[in-house]
Amino acid sequence: MVDKRKVRIMVAKPGLDGHDRGARIIARAYRDAGFEVVYTGLHQTPEEIVESAIQEDVDMIGLSSLAGAHKYLFPRVLELLREKGAEDIVVCGGGIFPDEDIEMLKKAGVKELFTPGSSLEEIVRWVKINVKLR
Amino acid sequence: MSSIAEKVIAGDVRAVARLIRDIDDGLPEVRDVLKEIYPYTGRAYVIGITGSPGVGKSTLIDQMINHLRRRNKTVGVLAVDPTSPFSGGAILGDRVRMQRHSMDEGVFIRSMATRGQFGGLTQSTRSATDVLDAMGKDYILVETVGVGQDEVDIVKSAHTTVILVVPGMGDDVQALKAGILEVGDIFVINKADREGSDRTLNDLRLMIDMDQKLDAEGMWKPPVLKVQAVFDKGVEELMEEIDRHGKSLVKTYGGLHFRGRKDKVREELTDMVKNRLIEDVINRLNEINGFDAAVNSIVEGKMDPYTACDSILLPMLGHFGTT
Repeated sequence: MVDKRKVRIMVAKPGLDGHDRGARIIARAYRDAGFEVVYTGLHQTPEEIVESAIQEDVDMIGLSSLAGAHKYLFPRVLELLREKGAEDIVVCGGGIFPDEDIEMLKKAGVKELFTPGSSLEEIVRWVKINVKLR
Repeated sequence: MSSIAEKVIAGDVRAVARLIRDIDDGLPEVRDVLKEIYPYTGRAYVIGITGSPGVGKSTLIDQMINHLRRRNKTVGVLAVDPTSPFSGGAILGDRVRMQRHSMDEGVFIRSMATRGQFGGLTQSTRSATDVLDAMGKDYILVETVGVGQDEVDIVKSAHTTVILVVPGMGDDVQALKAGILEVGDIFVINKADREGSDRTLNDLRLMIDMDQKLDAEGMWKPPVLKVQAVFDKGVEELMEEIDRHGKSLVKTYGGLHFRGRKDKVREELTDMVKNRLIEDVINRLNEINGFDAAVNSIVEGKMDPYTACDSILLPMLGHFGTT
């Protein structure tokens, strides 16, 4: 049988941050790379994100945050994934993060963080290397 | 029974999510699971919702979920969005309008991509419907963009098919004439506060009235409703019409179970055989002996494509005497 398996990614905007241009651009880049992208829209709680990711059976969650609440929201997503036994879903983040936060978030289990300097090629390549079909 | 089937029947969300993924990906081993869960299907009421992009399908479904939950019914949603023909990827954005239900355990929402033309969309959507049915959902709402035969087929396998339009899309109504009209059980004019909704209402009613076979005794005559989904206006009326249509199905066919109806079973089985043929033969064309050679012969002008097709197919289907 021809391999029809596709990587599925959820792009989510946690918290009160109301700016999703970046998330939409990333979603498009993922689509153009051949991934199936589920977009949740704005103002999602970590609980909603994790529940949706499980229903959608995604391989990765991309969290976008520009409003500064990432130190709570991102680790909370990882915590909930562990609670649900879904820690095999890779989590990465994009947005504006101070260097010391990046270290803290990686320790919390966020696999990679992309900041305003990251190119779309780099982000797509990272997914191709680091996200495997579960 | 396999543990996956047991989990699905028990309503385990992760098992259901994974099984739908495997159906989408066309893994052969899912067939065994589908066989096992089959006896647990046939209980859900399936509603197909179709219409052009932007008419408000997802918003309407969001409200319908609300109405069904108020009646204490559980709901499964399959939202189908197109795959990019260039990259094979897709952006599935229907969830955005329904996210307020994501924490509700009585609701399961799944986005699906149309995949390629050989993806067997009708088949995989029907199988996914079976899975949500077996997990115990009372209602299953299937959303598709109403273009293409595949998508018409999907809504055809619903109990009630709702066609959604918006005012002022004259061409849209024209397109309906071409075939979708026959599959619509209920027509909904969404965004009915916009200019031109009365005109659209009249156009649709006229079209339905012109269909003389609907005048026969006991035939369901599709109602046309005005709705403003975003304000939850007219949605309760829609739910009542759906109930009424369900009752009419019971009256006509003696029940709601599709697999008790010869026409539906014939359709489904034909589709299934077609898909297996595609899976087993077409998707493996490159492995088939002589396929590349035939391509080369045609390119070099040594053979015509008709002869080439015979030379590939006849050894496989020879005993059917395809001439």
